[in-house]
Amino acid sequence: MSRQELLSPEGLRVDGRRANELRRISCRASVLNSADGSSYYEQGNTKVLVAVYGPREPRTKSLTHDHATINVEFNVAPFSTSERRKRSKGDKRLLEVASFVKQTFEGAVQTAVYPRSQIDIYIHLLQHDGGTLETCINAATLALVDAGISMVDYVCACTAGFIDETPVLDLNFVEESSIETPDLTVAVLPRSGNIALLQMESRLHSSKLEDVLELATEGCKHIHKKLDDAVLAAASELAKKLS
Amino acid sequence: MLRNKSFVKRTRKGNIVRTVKEHYLRDDIACGYESCKHPVCLSARSEAEEQGKTLVGDVHPAAPLSASPRNSTQWGPHYLVPDTNAFVNQIDILERPIINNVVVLSTVLDELRGLSMVVYNRVRAIVRDHERRWFVFSNEHHRETFVDRAADESPNDRNDRAIRIAVKWLGKHLEGSNIRPVMVTNDEDNLRKAIADGVTACRMEECLGVYTECPELLDMMGSVNITDRSGTDPNWEGYAEYLSPVQIQAGIKASILVQGTLQIAPYNYLEGSIFAAFPDGKERRVLVIGRKDMNRAIQGDRIAVQILPRSQWRKAPSAALVDEDEDAVPDAKAEAEATQAAPSVPDTDKTNEGRARKRARVAGEKLANGGSAATETAEVKEDGEGHEELGEFVKPADIEDDSQDGEPTGRVVGVIRRNWRSYCAFLDPNFAHKGAKASSAPVSVSVLAMDRRIPKIKIRTRQVDVLSGQRFVVAIDSWPKESRYPHGHFVRALGDAGDKATETEVLLLEHDVPFQPFTKNVRADLPPEGDKWLLDVDRDQVTSGKRRDLRHIDICSIDPPGCTDIDDALHAFRLPNGNFQVGVHIADVTNFVKPNTAMDKEAAHRSTTVYLVDRRIDMLPELLGTNLCSLMSNVDRLAFSCIWELDQDATIVNVTFHKSVIHSKASLTYEEAQNRIDDPSLNDSITNNIRDLNMLAKKLRKRRIDAGALTLSSPEVRFRLENDSQDPVDVEMKALKETNALVEEFMLLANTSVAAKIYEYFPDSAMLRRHPEPPAQNFDNLQHALKPLDIQLETGSSLALAQSLDRAVLASDPYFNNLLRILTTRCMMQAQYFCSGSCTPEEFRHYGLATGIYTHFTSPIRRYADVMVHRLLHASIDRDAVYGSELTDKIKMNEQCDVLNHRHRMAQQASRSSVELYTNLFFKGKTVEETGYVTQILQNGFGVLIPSYGIEGVVYTAAKDAATPSVLEYDQDSHALVSPDKKSEIRLFRRVRVILQVDDKPVSANVSSMRRKLSLRLIEPMIVGLSIEVEELNALRAAKKTKAANADDDGKIVELVAKHPEQIQTI
Repeated sequence: MSRQELLSPEGLRVDGRRANELRRISCRASVLNSADGSSYYEQGNTKVLVAVYGPREPRTKSLTHDHATINVEFNVAPFSTSERRKRSKGDKRLLEVASFVKQTFEGAVQTAVYPRSQIDIYIHLLQHDGGTLETCINAATLALVDAGISMVDYVCACTAGFIDETPVLDLNFVEESSIETPDLTVAVLPRSGNIALLQMESRLHSSKLEDVLELATEGCKHIHKKLDDAVLAAASELAKKLS
Repeated sequence: MLRNKSFVKRTRKGNIVRTVKEHYLRDDIACGYESCKHPVCLSARSEAEEQGKTLVGDVHPAAPLSASPRNSTQWGPHYLVPDTNAFVNQIDILERPIINNVVVLSTVLDELRGLSMVVYNRVRAIVRDHERRWFVFSNEHHRETFVDRAADESPNDRNDRAIRIAVKWLGKHLEGSNIRPVMVTNDEDNLRKAIADGVTACRMEECLGVYTECPELLDMMGSVNITDRSGTDPNWEGYAEYLSPVQIQAGIKASILVQGTLQIAPYNYLEGSIFAAFPDGKERRVLVIGRKDMNRAIQGDRIAVQILPRSQWRKAPSAALVDEDEDAVPDAKAEAEATQAAPSVPDTDKTNEGRARKRARVAGEKLANGGSAATETAEVKEDGEGHEELGEFVKPADIEDDSQDGEPTGRVVGVIRRNWRSYCAFLDPNFAHKGAKASSAPVSVSVLAMDRRIPKIKIRTRQVDVLSGQRFVVAIDSWPKESRYPHGHFVRALGDAGDKATETEVLLLEHDVPFQPFTKNVRADLPPEGDKWLLDVDRDQVTSGKRRDLRHIDICSIDPPGCTDIDDALHAFRLPNGNFQVGVHIADVTNFVKPNTAMDKEAAHRSTTVYLVDRRIDMLPELLGTNLCSLMSNVDRLAFSCIWELDQDATIVNVTFHKSVIHSKASLTYEEAQNRIDDPSLNDSITNNIRDLNMLAKKLRKRRIDAGALTLSSPEVRFRLENDSQDPVDVEMKALKETNALVEEFMLLANTSVAAKIYEYFPDSAMLRRHPEPPAQNFDNLQHALKPLDIQLETGSSLALAQSLDRAVLASDPYFNNLLRILTTRCMMQAQYFCSGSCTPEEFRHYGLATGIYTHFTSPIRRYADVMVHRLLHASIDRDAVYGSELTDKIKMNEQCDVLNHRHRMAQQASRSSVELYTNLFFKGKTVEETGYVTQILQNGFGVLIPSYGIEGVVYTAAKDAATPSVLEYDQDSHALVSPDKKSEIRLFRRVRVILQVDDKPVSANVSSMRRKLSLRLIEPMIVGLSIEVEELNALRAAKKTKAANADDDGKIVELVAKHPEQIQTI
């Protein structure tokens, strides 16, 4: 069995993108009426739905006096991959993604504004084609903004890998699942440029990290633009309704 | 624009799932024409220039298609756009440098990847060569050339349509430039549709017709669709149909079939075997005998085999086939049968019926014993069809090791993967006579491959007259079941048979040795200073402390005379505490060969330097190998040093590794070093160092031998070549000195220390070398032959084996022990490179050296494994070392190991063949009597090793025509060949006298002379009907005398000197 050629000598990837191109992104805020904030986010064929509830009264267990606790639940639809598979709620991989998202937003949400309360973020992965974590974070940002929760800045996440000595932006499932491709997810606060999350799988030599990181950050900036547009669209729709 | 590609596929588990992938269509894909004015193409070119891809020669890498391509009367200036089948079938033609300006569509490339990775890689290699001006047009991602599959369209039809549309688009795009893209296809339907669409298209023949200066291109056309009935003889009923891939997979899964790679026996091209994994987890050999049962499988093919009924299993050892014409035998099947029912099989007189009866009895017994006999008999009825009275096919699960029925034998029911390559061949001499009259019209001829294991190949050619007496390359296209032999086509001529240059090229090609000169890209990676390169303390990081300055130490190198690629140098001195500091310094090749450069890729591809008798095929360009990396004396050279502190008993106190710079004080030969040790008057520092090293080496060696390292032996010779003609004038055995052992000992120590170090840092991806323990069965024949001599080999461990080898001495024959070691070597497994992540630590053992872990570190100039190990070691000792996935990717490393093992084996075989070639040249026209030893017993002959020349050949006991019975018959009990009157016998280790001859005439009606081998004839013991007659012998002796006299006149040395058997280590 031959190994797949992830980046052809012509500079095209398996799906026809060049190394520095993102997949198509489309997103919308306020898609659910019952939630305080919600969003639907597509990046290529990876599709997620996020609902945010809160700030609301916490369960006694997670009550803190000086700030709000963030609670993230991540679920994967059984039909999200081509092979139907049911995952249990305690699946460690799901918990890992949830905890990454939680950590990311603990730095960006101004939790001190909401003492003695809880913010719930429910993420549902509807279709999976690589880049789960980045889409989850981007969609959650949009939903949090939609919920009107005060944050320091947007949190924009993007992945980048390293294939055949070339940094590659926004890996899809095929690229991500080849073992030797390092898979770096970075979440930045675009205005300050601060990094909220940096996570990598597989190995990458430290001398190459900078290039890959730079590309991923570049990708985050594009995503910021997209998210901003979606927020504006949602706001102008709301304004139209009000007027 | 976005399209989703959706398709249904089967997963590894067997579930059927739907996969959806994104497929982006773009409008920024350029056409590749070098002066295209279209804005997209303009910007693509300027973008490439910004990225630093400037002109290579006068070719633009982003747009290589020439503005003035080949002009034909029919199409004017044009580019070729071949379809997938054109590539698959005609890659040999397209590879010719004359074919340039070709557009390769990505549709075609995708299809090629699915069909044949070999062809795909060859196409990619051509595209990389900018001079060829090939261009890959990514039509699948181009907005205007992408096509969706229509509802009723097969994937093939869709791809054909995609190709047509791409060609049409290109035609329109290039309209202004007057250049026409021409689609090349041999698919009639596609051709018709293309023309209807207004696309310029043609057949391969038409397109080659344009190249009038190269008429042989037409000869090279693969004969894909030839239904040549002329060669089919009426007695030939054709081969059995293959099972479908699905049936094969199901059969293997259900353990009805076994799979393996077909290996044809070197002495008998009608006997193949596979090593197959059986359901009980063991690997066993399954024989496949005869053309019919081999069913169109060729050496190296991966095949599925069904095991034949036990009654058809073979019970005797292999027979050697005299190199005769297969057609002379009435029917291949009959021949196979004859091989099976050989006279020596104890129960030959039993008819098939008798066997059937016997089995019926066995079945009856089983029935009486209860068990699952009932179901078994049912299976007999079901499976036994076709082999009716012979019994049931055996299920792999039912096979045990201690079966009395002989070796499992099977028949090929399907080919899982073909492993066809191109073959060096020559025209069937029997045909040459008939074909001599032929005109320039193409005729169909049979050619014989140089590799005996390959069947005859039928080709069509217009140049029969030119080809007879020549060596040339052919490729196999297909093997339809109606045809006894495969169909192929001519690729290129190599030169006259018997010519030294041609024969050397043949042996390089046959052993898959890449021997082309280094390309421009590779040479571009050499240091720009060339041979003016000098140490620069800043650039080479001496000042920064990364590289240790060891120039003050007295370092010397010890190598064979005339060695120009000096890999290693040594030093030793006493430390104040009484211990010794010993350093091994290895050329720092990786300082010059950086990963993923063209030079690195080429070296990885070549994997090893190949040493032939008269030339050396380098792994690295000469500038590096014999100059900048070579640790010559009195110059500053970069090295990778391994430095130990050893105590008086040569136990390692500690070890460190450094990149270093050294200044060797002397390059010695083994002999010079030995003389220094022996000469008491010398007392300089280098001599004393060597003496210390020698003392330590002896201790190390003793410890190693005590641990069970094996001293094995192989016959090796060296040629003394005449200077101008490079004709061999003398053969001598390689001599061995104490100093050889000295160097070897420290190299082993370095390799072992490095292996441990890199394994510590890269437990998953260290490149190591292991030597598996040979299974006891490997020694069966040898043990059997040793029994009458009252010698027993202990094969339990390498230590036991080494000790029993030491004890095995015959007072009557001093050479016996050596011979035994040679034969023991042949029972060993091959040592191999592997990636540490792919084996358990218990499997790391090196049996021959009796070490737990081992690798190759000491010869980076001539072995690529060592280059990898250097990089691994550097990354292990230097935190700042920059490395990428090449050192950490287990899969890539495993792939590289496979390449290394393959090349390594091939290189060894190539050197051996080269020695053989020169031996034949040496014996050309000579007749020599020599003493030899029997090393192998075959059914109709025996192998003889002649120690003084280190050559081996077969003496055939059976006459060429099968009518006369064999003089000697095989006796299974004693594993010997015995004459009917029991008076004379030939068994292993027997000393014989033979006469050696080589046929002078390279072109004769004799196949064996075309394949050129030494023929041996027996003198002693005298066996009537087999040994050479006294009169003839005398005549030969007389002839030899006169010849010798003549030769003396020419000033050539005829007598042979120096016959030292060499003892070597299998490292």
